[in-house]
Amino acid sequence: MRTAFDEMNGFGGEVRAPYRAFVEWLGVQHMNTLSQKTAEAEILFRRSGITFAVYGDEAAAERLIPFDIFPRIISGEEWRKLELGIEQRVRALNAFLYDIYHRQDILRAGIVPDELVIQNAAFQPEMIGVDPPRSVYSHIIGIDLVRTNEDEFLVLEDNTRTPSGVSYMIENRETMMHLFPDLFSRNRVRPVENYPDALMKTLESVAPSNLDAEPNVALLTPGIFNSAYFEHSFLADQMGIELVESSDLIVIDGLLRMKTTEGLKRVDVLYRRIDDTFLDPLVFDPSSLLGVPGLFDVYRSGRVTIVNAPGAGIADDKAIYSYIPAIIEFYTGKAPILGNVETYNCRDPESLKYVLSRLPELVVKEVHGSGGYGMLVGPRSTMEEIDAFRAKILANPCNYIAQPTLALSTGPTLSGSAVSPRHLDLRPFVLVGDRVRLIPGGLTRVALKKGSLVVNSSQGGGTKDTWVLQE
Amino acid sequence: MLGRTANDLYWLSRYIERAENIARLLEVGYRIVLLPREGEGFHEEWRSTLESAGCMQGYMLRHGDLVSRKVIDYMLFDTSNPSSIAACLASARRNGRAQRTSLTREMWESLNSSWLEFQAIKPATITSNSLPELLDWVRARSALYRGAMLNTILRNDTFYFSQIGTFIERADSSARILDVKYYHLLPSSEMVGSGTDNFQWSVLLRSVSAHRSYRWVFKDQYRPPKIADFMILNRQMPRSLRACYDELTVALRDLAALYGARHECHATVEATRDLLLEADIETVFQSGLHEFVQDFIGRNSRLGNEISAAYHFID
Repeated sequence: MRTAFDEMNGFGGEVRAPYRAFVEWLGVQHMNTLSQKTAEAEILFRRSGITFAVYGDEAAAERLIPFDIFPRIISGEEWRKLELGIEQRVRALNAFLYDIYHRQDILRAGIVPDELVIQNAAFQPEMIGVDPPRSVYSHIIGIDLVRTNEDEFLVLEDNTRTPSGVSYMIENRETMMHLFPDLFSRNRVRPVENYPDALMKTLESVAPSNLDAEPNVALLTPGIFNSAYFEHSFLADQMGIELVESSDLIVIDGLLRMKTTEGLKRVDVLYRRIDDTFLDPLVFDPSSLLGVPGLFDVYRSGRVTIVNAPGAGIADDKAIYSYIPAIIEFYTGKAPILGNVETYNCRDPESLKYVLSRLPELVVKEVHGSGGYGMLVGPRSTMEEIDAFRAKILANPCNYIAQPTLALSTGPTLSGSAVSPRHLDLRPFVLVGDRVRLIPGGLTRVALKKGSLVVNSSQGGGTKDTWVLQE
Repeated sequence: MLGRTANDLYWLSRYIERAENIARLLEVGYRIVLLPREGEGFHEEWRSTLESAGCMQGYMLRHGDLVSRKVIDYMLFDTSNPSSIAACLASARRNGRAQRTSLTREMWESLNSSWLEFQAIKPATITSNSLPELLDWVRARSALYRGAMLNTILRNDTFYFSQIGTFIERADSSARILDVKYYHLLPSSEMVGSGTDNFQWSVLLRSVSAHRSYRWVFKDQYRPPKIADFMILNRQMPRSLRACYDELTVALRDLAALYGARHECHATVEATRDLLLEADIETVFQSGLHEFVQDFIGRNSRLGNEISAAYHFID
């Protein structure tokens, strides 16, 4: 693996333009002050209750995601390119979703193999023929990007179901502005605080037509024990909408209603932060105690909008991922602006053979896994780990994809009392409704352990404030 | 507003108020135990503390004998006791966390930091010297939360349900203190006129933080009818039954105005409030102080149930 591109120094040499004002500022800081500010940031986060739960870790039921006080800085020009690429990608993803739940032209054209879609657990046959408002399926998308050099951002993963992390984008900025007002006077950083407003506009824009009154929007959470509960309540609060659990909802007379202190009230748009499986036990999972019986019927009749739509997850399935460049070309007629990371589907015998022969240098992921669980990072694994993983792949090749171990870009990070380069990724949040809205910024995750390439918070990753400079 | 939200806000306020009341009761109980006194031993004081807090049965099941250290531990730290300060703060925070969207940042932060700071206390480090400080802290945290609520919250149903929770709990607490100690206020007790009784009257007033305000209002020494009047019928005393019902009446009327609907609970709150407004303390004594208090406790709990039903707290 070659040396990684550094956001501040490139491949060694001069400080890159977006970091110049920051480096000047850093030059006159005392390490003690910086450590103190880190401690202060932690107090601010803990007080605001911005915690997350780690599955399988009862003792740490409410952990803070470590926050690194050095921002990740993106120039205006870099952002413009990302913007174009992201917009192109999310339009294509939605066109793909519309198509596979209608005429399935892309399958007929043989661009994507039938069985990869039809037999996919994320494909919801119940959605066939359903017409969501504005033909949008995935309204809120998180695009995970990695950078490998000056000009190359690659899409590592799309999140078209219920992407999380946007509350960190906003709270990280709040914290930074509180801790380092002087840094913001030296740099013109584009604001991110209007995200909730943009989200609300997006949600209202996809409300069912023919409503007599302003649409009533509610956010559906699995509840207080969910790892992203803070974010759910944060967003509901910022938008001024009710935060409901499925027990607060009921279907009566063909409408979705919530149980209020004044009786039942109609819900028109449901921003759900629970999985498809838990939406409606009558349709998706009869054994589920969660969910609202009859919800899907109301949805199908167009009297409530579910955001993101059921079945939207097929677009971010890891087995579909390698076809996304072809999908973009198919629906837009243009080459993708943002590339994919080279990917081997182990379901394909040739690829499988290659993957098995190169395990020590590859990253292998479960097709349906997420959160950094169940993956193999070849170069960072022992021979025993690799052999154990090999057995798992052989037992069920279709369940795995592999990618080269990328030299993810690094960014300056405060570790102890030193400034050290640590690997980064970037998740911008994009909204699709009456139009595409992209907030200039996102969630930068950072692998705090030296050399580590896994940025997931469940695996010891932290976050940084992400700056897009106004130019 | 969701029915579940109203329920959580109501209980959040009740738990905060309860934590404060328990702290006050413990402070009084501990003070008595410290004093060199003849006659009844400290067992009696801890018994009435536990009874006023509604924790007697639970305590006896757990410990069986009345020992200062155990009582304090049970009331402060034992989370198996739903009324312990630890349990109150945890429940309040849990309700608040579930309704984070309804709370202002100030309210949430006071709630959250109270809980975090209390978590950090090691029970073994609490000595007789540090106990008063800890109890003061509990009361200060309760005051901070209520102050944050009163200063920052929108005057809508969020506010009304919070107020209702506070004053249902406070009325219940004041009434239970009277229920346990009413006999010290009976005329027969005054006849005895011993120092012990004077002491008990002071304890009663301290339990509702009214020992000084009594003097300001009455410009007289402690006299049982006046103490009873102060704790039950006086509208100036913020922990009197009357004051609680003044607040409950206002909150429920505001709620009716906001929603444009009255329920059974509105008739109930007004009836009890009128009773407190019209009664004079002589009549109360004539018809029986204890009966009056017990009848009130029943009314107060009925009101709570009616509110819960009217506003769909649970389904």
